[in-house]
Amino acid sequence: MRAFLTLLSRDLRLALRSGGDVAAVLAFFVITVVLFPLGIGPEAALLARIAAGVVWVAALLATLLALDRLFAQDYEDGSLDLLVLSPLPLEAAVLAKALAHWLLTGLPLILLSPLMAAMLGLQAGVWPVLVLSLLLGTPCLSLIGAVGAALTLGARRGGALLALLILPLFIPVLIFGAAAVEAASTGLTARPHLLLLGGCLAAALPLAPIAAAAALRQAQS
Amino acid sequence: MPAPSVTAPSLKADDLACLRGGRLVFAGLSFRLAAGEALVLTGPNGSGKSSLLRLVAGLVPAFAGTLDWTGAPGSIAYLGHQDAVKPALTPRESLRFWAATAGAVPTASGITAALAAVDLAGLDDLPCRYLSAGQRRRLALARLELGPAVLWLLDEPTLGLDAASVARLEARIARHRAAGGLVMLATHVPLALDGARGLALQDFAVDEAPL
Repeated sequence: MRAFLTLLSRDLRLALRSGGDVAAVLAFFVITVVLFPLGIGPEAALLARIAAGVVWVAALLATLLALDRLFAQDYEDGSLDLLVLSPLPLEAAVLAKALAHWLLTGLPLILLSPLMAAMLGLQAGVWPVLVLSLLLGTPCLSLIGAVGAALTLGARRGGALLALLILPLFIPVLIFGAAAVEAASTGLTARPHLLLLGGCLAAALPLAPIAAAAALRQAQS
Repeated sequence: MPAPSVTAPSLKADDLACLRGGRLVFAGLSFRLAAGEALVLTGPNGSGKSSLLRLVAGLVPAFAGTLDWTGAPGSIAYLGHQDAVKPALTPRESLRFWAATAGAVPTASGITAALAAVDLAGLDDLPCRYLSAGQRRRLALARLELGPAVLWLLDEPTLGLDAASVARLEARIARHRAAGGLVMLATHVPLALDGARGLALQDFAVDEAPL
């Protein structure tokens, strides 16, 4: 547990100290959302209708932005060798790194999302559902993304490959997440969609670290 | 200073073979290493020195043969080609992190002592991006001071070190061996290690033949 927390705090410290990374992800998120009204036009009803989907797609793409660096730096400077050899199970190390990724990208995105929803004219009553769906969905994205980042480690053009590999796996999360907000805004219950999102998270939480750790061990040899 | 375990651990390799990128790097390699001994790996570039160290560390599986380390699982320290030093962290933070991941409980005084042992005292709180290549190497070597490791696997530990640091490393290895530790190292620079055995990896090279 001590080693887990040390790794988590090291990753957070590294990201905050090298700065820019978190800000870049957030700026990307905001700009992507802003592009939609510019491209589609200022028709309030239409924007309110697509708001949930836009925020979700933008959050998904923003998550992807920082993923390719998740293991790459540790791989290049030899830190990954030491993590593999550490008594801390590699699965736990993956979980710590995915958690750090979520705290640095997912959580700030969630905090910004009501602002984006307001900008697109999503009715205020639905914001809690949007936030809740992101709260359940973005950790899934970080966890699934960790598997992709581990698989593409050492590959040339790893970033593009990562996107191709991971975006299809993000689809269920996107569908349930957007559908929850959609249901809430049409007066239906968002509960089944949120439960399904919770199910995704419950599955990804144990499975993704195992898969990513296996991929990392493979990358070592 | 980490105390070596009571039972004298030993390393035994029999008929090891290593496959890298579809090429058999070496085959039929056997050696023994007992407490207090040192094994110096020599051989031209590409003869498999690093591969053998990674294999013993458990980072890559052996293609053939058996490897038997009788020490505890966490008792191997591996120092690779790369220093695993993060430019944004300070030497003190780096050591605290590596001590925790190696299963040791880092104390402030222990870290200060480890930094002093590699002559990095006074640079504790300077971000590592300002360290020279040799200083980074010394910081990587300081990791050896913290963990409970008995078997040291050092891949060209003298890379970038100045003469004084090389002498300090030689003395440190001698102390580790005197305390019952084992050392396996690859080097191109002759090191003064009393009674160290040599292993010339080119003797185990395999003739280029398609598998």
